[in-house]
Amino acid sequence: MQFERRADVSMPALVVAPFAAIAVALVLCAGLIAAAGVNPLAAYAEMLKGALGSRLSITETLTRAVPLILTGLAAAVAFRAQVWNIGAEGQFYIGALVTAALGHSLFAGLPAAAAIPLIMATAMLAGGLLLMVPVALRLRFGVDEVVVTLLMNFIVLLFVGLMVEGPLKDPMAFGWPQSVAVAADLRLPKLVPRSRLHIGFLVAIAAAAIVLVIQARTVFGAETRAAGLAPKAAAFAGVPLARRLLMVALLSGGLAGLAGSVEVLGPTGYVTTTMSPGFGYAGIVVAMLAALHPAGVVAAAIFIATIFVGADAMSRATGVPSFIADVIMSVSLLAMLTALLFTTYRIRR
Amino acid sequence: MSGPVLEIANVTKRFGALTANDGVSFHLNQGEILALLGENGAGKTTLMNIIFGHYKADEGEVRVNGAVLPASQPRAAIAAGVGMVHQHFTLAGNLTVLENIIIGSEPLLRLDSRRGEALAKIRKLSESFGLPVEPSARVGELSVGERQRVEILKALYRDSRILILDEPTAVLARPEAEQLFRTLRGMTAGGLSIIFISHKLHEVMASSDRVVVLRGGRVAAERVTARTSPAELAELMVGRSVVRPKREAHATGKPVLLARGLSVRQAHGTGLDGVDFEVREGEILGIVGVSGNGQAALGRVLSGTAHAAEGSLTFLNEDISRMTPRALIRRGLGRIPEDRHAEGAIGDLAVWENAVLERLEEPAFSKWGFVRRGAARGFAGELIRRFDIRGASPDTRTRQLSGGNMQKLILGRNLANNPRFILANQPTRGLDEGAIAAVHAELLAARAAGAAILLISEDLDEAVALSDRIQAIVRGKLSRPVTADEADARTLGLMMAGMWETSHAV
Repeated sequence: MQFERRADVSMPALVVAPFAAIAVALVLCAGLIAAAGVNPLAAYAEMLKGALGSRLSITETLTRAVPLILTGLAAAVAFRAQVWNIGAEGQFYIGALVTAALGHSLFAGLPAAAAIPLIMATAMLAGGLLLMVPVALRLRFGVDEVVVTLLMNFIVLLFVGLMVEGPLKDPMAFGWPQSVAVAADLRLPKLVPRSRLHIGFLVAIAAAAIVLVIQARTVFGAETRAAGLAPKAAAFAGVPLARRLLMVALLSGGLAGLAGSVEVLGPTGYVTTTMSPGFGYAGIVVAMLAALHPAGVVAAAIFIATIFVGADAMSRATGVPSFIADVIMSVSLLAMLTALLFTTYRIRR
Repeated sequence: MSGPVLEIANVTKRFGALTANDGVSFHLNQGEILALLGENGAGKTTLMNIIFGHYKADEGEVRVNGAVLPASQPRAAIAAGVGMVHQHFTLAGNLTVLENIIIGSEPLLRLDSRRGEALAKIRKLSESFGLPVEPSARVGELSVGERQRVEILKALYRDSRILILDEPTAVLARPEAEQLFRTLRGMTAGGLSIIFISHKLHEVMASSDRVVVLRGGRVAAERVTARTSPAELAELMVGRSVVRPKREAHATGKPVLLARGLSVRQAHGTGLDGVDFEVREGEILGIVGVSGNGQAALGRVLSGTAHAAEGSLTFLNEDISRMTPRALIRRGLGRIPEDRHAEGAIGDLAVWENAVLERLEEPAFSKWGFVRRGAARGFAGELIRRFDIRGASPDTRTRQLSGGNMQKLILGRNLANNPRFILANQPTRGLDEGAIAAVHAELLAARAAGAAILLISEDLDEAVALSDRIQAIVRGKLSRPVTADEADARTLGLMMAGMWETSHAV
């Protein structure tokens, strides 16, 4: 058996691939659910009901999707230029920390319409700078950014821990390790009353639209795509590789930082070291399921959010551990990678 | 000679809508060298893969010594004594020559390896067929010529009586290629029968007994080599008469590009060591030499992907020896890279994207940072028409173009705005006869329009046919130039050997 490159990747195959991958993942995980002694169909029905069965559950799912859309975009933007950003988790936390610090005191006096964009921009800058470091190390010394970005996640998390136990500790939190809170008038307005869904959802959708336009229509998008596909050819054609990759880092890290900022300005209001259930890492799965397409990222993020929100409900109703959500997500990533292989290659006897 | 050792009977192979081989029949006699000649895409490699059992023919059969070879079983082909030397070597660089040769032919479940016997056998084969190679050397450290010998030894080690070589000279410099054909001739004297695949007329004429010409998947003709001519073969191969365009003598203008004491250091391979040259308006300067003598460094400094360590490179009174590719493009220097797949064009991008990639920042193709897609597509369409890029629309994925058409795209995007200087680095490597003629015609047209062209070529016929003056590159140094009229084979040979003091160079 040999793999042979297909002459062309067909658009329909690329659209079908994620659905096929998700179907395969659900079938495989049905086996695990059955092994836990529950009828898989009933379990999936509970999951769907829990995530999308009521007005409240739908808003919960979309609220959960907001940071996933942004970290998914962060991964998609970077991967397209072959910058392997595994550090969205750390960039998320830096964005969150900056937001809490600025929103609590520094910008608390400004009107919300000015302060919120300023806070978001600063959080983005922080996330972007955090990713520029490993990319600069790669460009200058050939250091593998996968390792550096991954390990920086742990450093950032420990730093956040230091901050919420120290300088940024909320004195009113009865000793809980949580940061000072963002001023109440700087919290993002609700999109749907009596729910947690906030206008951060629109921010995430707008970010996806902007990324789509940047990638499809701008010189920057064309040059970074060329740089990702064939760095040597791009350099030959005059694309300033180092500068473009640093800009990609700024954008990618910025999107992940924005995810942290929106999460603090939206649902939580403050930072804890457990506020992210792996949004940064899940963003990688989201980006891959979307085949790195910004519109696909929105859909994939909502799918992953559905699994996670639904898994909690299913767990309560059937007793299957909610960890099944992590398994479904991981298996769909593996299935998607396999599906992507088959969109580019075919098997030759 | 006895009966045919190998017969191809009416073989047809389809890939979807494409018929790669259409009722192909021919035979190979004991002890002869048969050339299988055809352009890229004529179906040569498919046919060889069918003989060797990599592909299964839809119709027809392959017979070895009269017995039908079971389809799609490489092991059966090996057992019948058919050996194949692939165009892209199938050797493991981290193993030794000996290990590479015996790998796959040793039984898997044996504890003692028969290395001693194997070594003796390899030594004997290597000696009797004139294939010198050190069995204990690591393959990764060998030259391409030596690696090819290992590939051949590997086939011989398995007692092949019929040897099939797929484009054996594609990676070899001319002296190595000549050595290879001498070796092959010696092997036929030892009773082997050989098929080699090629699209190079001169080597087919020089080294085969018989020629089968493939065109569009069919056998277009069969000729005894001694009773045909290159011109006839070229016509049979292309299906029409192809004449490479001729350089017309004309007056050259003032110098456009001037190198003085130019040195370039390379981390890997030979750099440039204080070279001088000049290229004038309406002139083609040919740089010839055995590959690996500094051509890469010269190409890179002229493309902006490497910077000079010392010396100057003056383009119209401005030193460009340390400029980025973008700065060179802005100044209107055309650059045709050595490797069109790695540097020239990006296979996964559309034709229009590759057409404007170098010039995305120009106002013609972008505004406020947004790509003017209409203008870019229009420009690509213009290139397709003007340079006869076949099988392409602006939205075609560039990977789908043939090598020749991809080269026309690269050539076109460089020539479209009438550059004053063009670097043409191996512009026809790997192209078939029809595409070579087209590329030569375009370069000569640019020369006639007054462009200064620096041609780096390992193909002496090409260098002599196109260049007004020729310099040889040896270990990073350039010989003094000779004019095209003085460039006979002996002079060039001496120059390429680095003996330009003794050659009668001007």
